[in-house]
Amino acid sequence: MYSDKVMDHFQNPRNVGEIPDADGVGEVGNAVCGDIMRIYLKVNDNRIEDIKFKTFGCGAAIATSSMVTEMVKGKTLEEAMAVTNKAVAEALDGLPPVKMHCSNLAADALHKAIQDYRDRHAG
Amino acid sequence: MQRIYMDHAATTPTDPRVVEAMMPYFTEFFGNPSSIHGFGRAARKALEDARAVIAQELGAEPAGVIITSGGSEADNLAIKGVAAALREKGRHIITSSVEHHAVLDSCKYLEKQGFDVTYLPVDANGRVQVEDVQNALRDETILVTIMHANNEVGTIQPIKEISEVVKARSKALFHTDAVQTVGAIPVHLDELGVDLLSLSAHKFYGPKGVGALIIRKGVRFESLIHGGAQERNRRAGTENLPGVVGMAKALELANAELPEARPRITRLRDHLIQSVLNGFDHVRLNGHPTERLPGNANFSFEYIEGESLLLNLDLQGIAASSGSACTSGSLDPSHVLLAMGLCHATAHGSLRLSLGKGTTEEEVETVLKVLPGIVEKLRAMSPLYDHVRKECLTCTRTK
Repeated sequence: MYSDKVMDHFQNPRNVGEIPDADGVGEVGNAVCGDIMRIYLKVNDNRIEDIKFKTFGCGAAIATSSMVTEMVKGKTLEEAMAVTNKAVAEALDGLPPVKMHCSNLAADALHKAIQDYRDRHAG
Repeated sequence: MQRIYMDHAATTPTDPRVVEAMMPYFTEFFGNPSSIHGFGRAARKALEDARAVIAQELGAEPAGVIITSGGSEADNLAIKGVAAALREKGRHIITSSVEHHAVLDSCKYLEKQGFDVTYLPVDANGRVQVEDVQNALRDETILVTIMHANNEVGTIQPIKEISEVVKARSKALFHTDAVQTVGAIPVHLDELGVDLLSLSAHKFYGPKGVGALIIRKGVRFESLIHGGAQERNRRAGTENLPGVVGMAKALELANAELPEARPRITRLRDHLIQSVLNGFDHVRLNGHPTERLPGNANFSFEYIEGESLLLNLDLQGIAASSGSACTSGSLDPSHVLLAMGLCHATAHGSLRLSLGKGTTEEEVETVLKVLPGIVEKLRAMSPLYDHVRKECLTCTRTK
């Protein structure tokens, strides 16, 4: 049911872990629906210097988390903000239809982490 | 890679002896049992011989064995059929909140037709309380339907005790979905005290696509499938003769081997359960500790999600099942685990390993060797694990 790319990211997730002194953290989902994604950012000169994730969820949740970190590492914050959940799913050669809604939230977690960074640096 | 099948509650491999018994009925004795010529008569004899075996094994009358396409049809026929026949006597039905969807959804359908359905709660082990059944009975209760054992958590219900209460205090008929128990533990119509009983051949090493509704003499119900006089006008359609022959053979074999298989599988199950409970932190056994199906082990691994667990096990050649939303095909995790009082996160992390007669000690050891690495890997990436949420630690009963 999953593409080879999803299974690759599921089996060998990139950038798993946390950044203790992260510049921004974003979390989406909840335990009720069975998916929680948290993304940690290290930002340097408006670029994502480092990014890590922790995810509780199904194969699609883990694969999309891994993929989004790979897609935006080294990118500017504006470029990262332009990444959508749909783009993440496409980069994984698609997700089963039933997963598109519930487990495809990784870009939302990323955007929240960027927003958290911007809020911290607004003042 | 060694492949290990631990999903016998989903289906079982057809026993080669069953396949052998079925073979002549595809090519040699292929007649329609309703035909009057020699081909038909030979088929009719085989059908009635098989029916007699099924009746004998379950303590029923041959005339009370209605062949169906499987357990779901048997459940639908029992519930909708009785409701249609007795609707003038009353419109109240009692069931439990942990039934298979074939029962639950049939009851929901009847609610739309004006019936009133009571869904009884279960305790933390998944058991229905006999007093709850007693309190729910009304003058207009026409049917009580409680499963013999649960397909997810393996808990065996006190069917005999429930039957005594139903018989003593009402005129209601009593149906049990015995799809998980036939062939796994002794099942006898009189000993259980039920009026109707559903079974499915592929759960006890028989073929898929065939099952039966067993009824006691005098039970009235309306048929669901019309268009022929088969099964004494109660279920139209040419009988699946190879399937029925296979079902009879499988039932005969399962019951004959039960005295040997049951204790052996139970020992393997208990070894698996004890090793998992001793070997992991934040794991719980779902279902009754002793009143459970011989082959059923169901765990919740806190802080990880069931589908990820299943995919990882599958990558290592191990076939299992889970009650997570992703595997139930809905957004909610298993209705059984939620009814038992588990919180959503814990229900999402359930793993069902169901053992069968082919399961070996070596296979159980392999699973025990593989599990820790998978659980550790998934917990290491779980945001719930490092900020352990108090409500989940204590969620054994939150209702």
